[in-house]
Amino acid sequence: MASHFFLMVLFSCFVSVVFAALMRDKLEDQIRFGAMLFAAFLLTGVILGWLMYPIPL
Amino acid sequence: MTKYSRRSRAQAPLAGNVESPTTLICLVAWAVPGAGHLWQGRVSQGLVFMVTLPLMFATGLWLEGRIFFFDASEPLVALAAVANFGIGLLYLLGRVMDLGSGNAVAATYEYGNSFLIVAGLLNALVVVDAYDVSLGRK
Repeated sequence: MASHFFLMVLFSCFVSVVFAALMRDKLEDQIRFGAMLFAAFLLTGVILGWLMYPIPL
Repeated sequence: MTKYSRRSRAQAPLAGNVESPTTLICLVAWAVPGAGHLWQGRVSQGLVFMVTLPLMFATGLWLEGRIFFFDASEPLVALAAVANFGIGLLYLLGRVMDLGSGNAVAATYEYGNSFLIVAGLLNALVVVDAYDVSLGRK
C-alpha cells in the first residue's frame, strides 16, 4: 500500500489538485492544468529516479 | 458586512481597502483550509481546499510523520514547524491530541514529514489567495 511509487502518485495528486484550484478559475482550465501538473510530477519523478539509479546508497 | 464587488474594489485604492474583514478572512482561511474562499463565495475552490489539505495532513500522520515544535536552536526544525503551522487549527489539534509524534525508524517517516510540511505550505498559499480575492486582485 505505502510503496514509494504510490506515495509519489498520492503526493502529486494532492499538490496538483490544490495548484489547479489556485491557479485557474474555470473548471475546464483547472482540469487541464491539474492533469498537466500531475503528469509533469510523475514524469519528473520517474526520470530523476532513473538518473539516480547508478548512484550507490 | 462590507459587500465586495469587482467594480467597487477597482475604484478604491488598494492601500485603503485593507479592512478588518480582510484580516478576518485571512485568519479564517488559515484556521480552516478553504474557509476563506467559502466565505467569499468561491464555493468549489473552498471545498477543494477543505477536502484536499486536511486529507494531505491526515496522510502525513498516517505515514508516521512528525508535527514539529518551534525550536530556535535547530533552524531546520524551526522552519519545518513554521511550515507545519500553516495548516491552521489542525496543527494545534494534532498537538493537543498528541498526534504526529513521528516514528523516525519507520520507512515512511520522511514521506510523512513531506506530506505534513507541504500541506501547511499549500494552506499558506491558499491564505494568500484568499487575501488577493478579498482585495479584488483576482
